[in-house]
Amino acid sequence: MAEPTTRVKVTRTRGICVVEFSDRKILDELCIQEIQDELMKLVDSEPKIKLLVSFGNVDHLASAALGMLITLNKRVQEKGGVLKLSNIRSQIFEVFKITRLNKLFDIHDTAEQAQASF
Amino acid sequence: MSRSSSIEPDVPLQEMVVESTLSAAKKPEAAILSEVERCGYSEDDIFAIKLSLEEAMTNAVRHGNRCDASKHVTIRYAVTPERTIIIVRDEGPGFCPDRVPDPTAPENIERPSGRGIMLIRAYMTHVEYSATGNEITMVKVNER
Repeated sequence: MAEPTTRVKVTRTRGICVVEFSDRKILDELCIQEIQDELMKLVDSEPKIKLLVSFGNVDHLASAALGMLITLNKRVQEKGGVLKLSNIRSQIFEVFKITRLNKLFDIHDTAEQAQASF
Repeated sequence: MSRSSSIEPDVPLQEMVVESTLSAAKKPEAAILSEVERCGYSEDDIFAIKLSLEEAMTNAVRHGNRCDASKHVTIRYAVTPERTIIIVRDEGPGFCPDRVPDPTAPENIERPSGRGIMLIRAYMTHVEYSATGNEITMVKVNER
């Protein structure tokens, strides 16, 4: 069942929260802060969350969005949950590789592969 | 016009001065990217210039001018089919880019900030800071 929010769409599949972004560009700091607030609320409301963030809709992001993901990952781990990422297009995956965050995050090619790995 | 960069442009630079806010920064970004697209750069080059410009403007507003909306950011640029030159200057005290911690070091990898400069250096062909540290010159050569 979809739960519409301002910046993200959250669906639940077999106990996994799947997050997709409403915006194609995650650039603006205000937008990034709003996304972070929504995702933190989600993580706080669901201890030991299995959280999958899909970037299928995203074609651009700023380094502040990487910071948001790092902060989110810490919170998920504090709450005993697991965060995975998927559907990152090649241009954006390159950003993860340059910053070596591809080693920090558990990244899968597709949402299906990520869901199967929880 | 004094220049502290050794990356000398061979075409006249256009200049825009905007308020030091992230929303005002969108205007020069749109103008520059429109010219980049018109000049036939590849998708990857457009992605690189857009990301670098976004990071440079954010750094100028947030770190240079410390979010003081009474200050300004000056952007000078030239876009030709051969290369794009962008110079972003803030009114802050400047900084020493060599002292910015390596965000890929194990002790820094989980820090939520500090990756903008690294990304600019990775994506642009040439990057140079002024001696005062409040002006960055970025060049992207069109590889097509």
